Amino acid sequence: MGCDGAGWVGKGLARKEDNRLLRGRGKFIDDIRLHDMLYLKFVRSPYAHAKVTSLDTAVAEALPGVICTLTGAEIANQTNPFIEIGPDPFARIKDYPLAVSKVRYQGEPVAAVIATSPQIADDAAELVQVDYESLEVVVDGEEALKDSVLLHEEAGTNRVWQGIFEYGDIEKAFREAAHVVRIDKMHFHRFSSTPLENNAVIGQWDPKDEHIYYWCNNSFPSFAMQFIAAHLGIPIDRIRVQTFDIGGSFGIKITSYPQMSVCALASKKAGGRPVKWIETRSEHNVSSAHGNERTFRDTRVALDKNAVIMAIDSRHIDDCGAYPRYEPLGCVIWAQVFPGVYRFRNARIDFSQAVTNKCPVGPNRGYSRMQHLWFLERVVDICAHQLGIPPDEMRLRNYIRPEEFPYTTPNGCVYDSGNYPKMLQVAKERIGWEDWQKKQAMARAEGRWLGIGIGTTLDSGTNNFGQSQIVNPNAPFSGNSQGANCKLDIYGEVVVAVGSCPQGQGHETTAAQVVADVLNIHPDMVTVRTGFDTERNVHTGASGTYASQFAVSGLSAVHGAARKLKSEMERLAAFLLKTGEENLEFGMGQQGPQIRAKDTGSSVNYWQLANVVNVNSAVLPAELYELTLNCRYVWRAPFKVPDKEKKYGSLTLTYASQLHIAVVEIDRDTFIPHILEYVAVDDCGKVINPPIVEGQVYGATAHGIGAALMERCLYDAVGNMLTATFSDYTPITAVNIPNVRYAHIETPSPHSYNGAKGMGEGGAAPIHTISAALQDALFSSGIVVSDSFNNADTLYRAMVARDIYQAGDLVKLEKRA
Amino acid sequence: MPEAAPGVSIQVCVNGKLHPREVEPRKLLVEFIREDLELTGTHIGCDTTYCGACTVLMNGAAVKSCTVFAVQADGAEITTVEGLEKNGDLHPIQKAFGDCYGLQCGYCTPGLMISALQLLKDNPTPNQEQIRKAIAGNTCRCTGYQNIFKAIENAAAKLRSPSHAD
Repeated sequence: MGCDGAGWVGKGLARKEDNRLLRGRGKFIDDIRLHDMLYLKFVRSPYAHAKVTSLDTAVAEALPGVICTLTGAEIANQTNPFIEIGPDPFARIKDYPLAVSKVRYQGEPVAAVIATSPQIADDAAELVQVDYESLEVVVDGEEALKDSVLLHEEAGTNRVWQGIFEYGDIEKAFREAAHVVRIDKMHFHRFSSTPLENNAVIGQWDPKDEHIYYWCNNSFPSFAMQFIAAHLGIPIDRIRVQTFDIGGSFGIKITSYPQMSVCALASKKAGGRPVKWIETRSEHNVSSAHGNERTFRDTRVALDKNAVIMAIDSRHIDDCGAYPRYEPLGCVIWAQVFPGVYRFRNARIDFSQAVTNKCPVGPNRGYSRMQHLWFLERVVDICAHQLGIPPDEMRLRNYIRPEEFPYTTPNGCVYDSGNYPKMLQVAKERIGWEDWQKKQAMARAEGRWLGIGIGTTLDSGTNNFGQSQIVNPNAPFSGNSQGANCKLDIYGEVVVAVGSCPQGQGHETTAAQVVADVLNIHPDMVTVRTGFDTERNVHTGASGTYASQFAVSGLSAVHGAARKLKSEMERLAAFLLKTGEENLEFGMGQQGPQIRAKDTGSSVNYWQLANVVNVNSAVLPAELYELTLNCRYVWRAPFKVPDKEKKYGSLTLTYASQLHIAVVEIDRDTFIPHILEYVAVDDCGKVINPPIVEGQVYGATAHGIGAALMERCLYDAVGNMLTATFSDYTPITAVNIPNVRYAHIETPSPHSYNGAKGMGEGGAAPIHTISAALQDALFSSGIVVSDSFNNADTLYRAMVARDIYQAGDLVKLEKRA
Repeated sequence: MPEAAPGVSIQVCVNGKLHPREVEPRKLLVEFIREDLELTGTHIGCDTTYCGACTVLMNGAAVKSCTVFAVQADGAEITTVEGLEKNGDLHPIQKAFGDCYGLQCGYCTPGLMISALQLLKDNPTPNQEQIRKAIAGNTCRCTGYQNIFKAIENAAAKLRSPSHAD
């Protein structure tokens, strides 16, 4: 087996990335300036739904410094519409990167202006004359399903997808139930994790070699390339994508391929000069991507006499905005966590997705699962309150038990490991549960609104793309994979490349830790290439950074490549030292990293090994010619294609879990909710770099708290986005974030080489936790929290205006026992 | 139709080096720093003076350089992130951000460190409340701020220690 023994994995190694980032030497896309570069500015629709009746670029083109313009009609003439992942009839829609004859959301680009400076491009964009004829607008998913206003005439409906996920025996469970709880409507709001660096692309369609070169911050390039190649009709090997430092993505930068397409086409029209597009914050907020919005209707919950949930029956409507793009994958991805952390075996979810006149969605951190997990946590808390059972007790009665792992869910997912009761216990200890119970009783006696909420969630990682076949039986995707390369360069340098494109997750550091352990050297001696580059030839079609998986797919690929390299080095060293491979040990010598014969102590260093293979090969016998010391390895997740009819199968490989507890007080004068105490307990199996994991937990927690209390993509009835700037969107700041107490437990995964689980998305645990705490504070006043976004306004409406959240209107309890 | 405005001559001292330049009157200080001086460590994250990724020191005060015109900086002394290190050695604030994992993607980090620099010049022993207020104008989307609080506390301690002589 070799010596994975230096012990770097599991240590809090300082991040390799920091040296450049701290000195202001990070390389972000807007920092790159190429010879003869041009600048692109989009002309965007102020209307959410309108016909484009005329478009005149002549005045803009006459401005000195303007090179050319590009319109939707021009693009439609020379390209194919983007691939649709979903089935007919929605596969018939025509999605082009610029609107052709109609706009479907506010901010949709209708033209592009290309100029010699960003300032001239800005000026010229204002000179493009566009006339619109406004159309009726639909901004609500349920309303859109009525099809009275159609977005895409080619589809003839706004329903992107619909399917029923049914398992067990629902009707029997309801017949035998001791209690039935009905919840009329709940709603998960639209928000975005808004990475601080906006989308950015430099595209060049080089006429010399007919290649397209991209310098960009897309976070799933191999996916983007598949869309772009089919759309532009050029072989995929002629598209080179490079990423460098990326200023956050959180999934939002996965769907920047339409803008990437426009940059390439603009470059082609401009004679092959590189074209840079830097998105502004307002553009980002109105037109990059938002998270999925979801409405939960007609929920019925069957419980036995002990308040154990026997069945859930519900209808869910997802709103994906104006174009599906990555959708309808979200129509199945939630099913990775179908029962959440709970044991119920009978369930029916009727799931639909609709287009509306809003910004298209993208796979935002916690993608599609957080909406469902929030739904389940609301169900659990509402049932607990209705039945008068404390929320911790309710959970303990319903959690999947530690001895049941690996646990197969009703829909065939296999939860690898976990211990939810223990996490609850750790969280309760950490927050001082008993103490807070007493304080809460005292506060209530004083008339204060103080609530304690629990949220238990899952962060499913390393997805099986076979689930795409559940939404479209003809989708040509399944499994998951990642590539890596580990080599000794000519002078013996250890160099690693991997097909991920990190955005702050510290991949350079953790990859170096893994390789250092394999070779028994210091991580400082391992160079890990920054970012993604197709020409490093390490990517697969699934490469990128998304779906909480680097610790599993990325590091397994790195580990495999390092083992392969080590094996070659052993063969070569055995030949050079004239000894057997079993007599070799890896380590450090006076001339740096080396391989030593245990018996004689004679050694060969990395320079000598690399020298022989690369520039001194006449000393090699023919049987060693196959050695390259340049080893590519592709790791594949052990998945099968799911059963499309039954919607059954393993959809994700690892299940990290989170348990959060919040204490929240609502100010009785201002109705502003304040977090008094917050605990986050995380379990992502064996941890590779503890401070990096802790940092990811803090970050995911901040996103969740921000989403629960401050951040939303708010639209008015005619589709104007009301939170288009940061000043309106108000991303959470240092004065809003509470101190987060972090703790972790470790239940190792059997699926990764060292027991790690993918993590980072964090299941959006704070959204569920804060909803629970608010309900706990106000339930005795007849309030049920049925929306994921809450602020002083919603709480005032609930408690004073009494026009939302009224338990009597929303919830019915039928007690049969 | 807009016309190219005549350039205005300015002189700005950035990180101790004097830069005489001619700029458009509408050019923002952050654009001047990034485009004209090619100091790309100062970043742009929003367009409403919210995020603070562009924070620099101007005549000793932390300012958001997206909300200052380059012409307003005529005659000013500016410190950007590139000016923090001395002869290759990291400034204690830079070191503290690294030691405490106070950064992830690193995009907000230059602005945050400049805000921290001003805070610690004004108040060498800030409590957490003062730290929070000092960086309220700097948005970080990755870290949830927890490790940034620790980093600034750590930097304060480093700067107070006798071994640090500035």
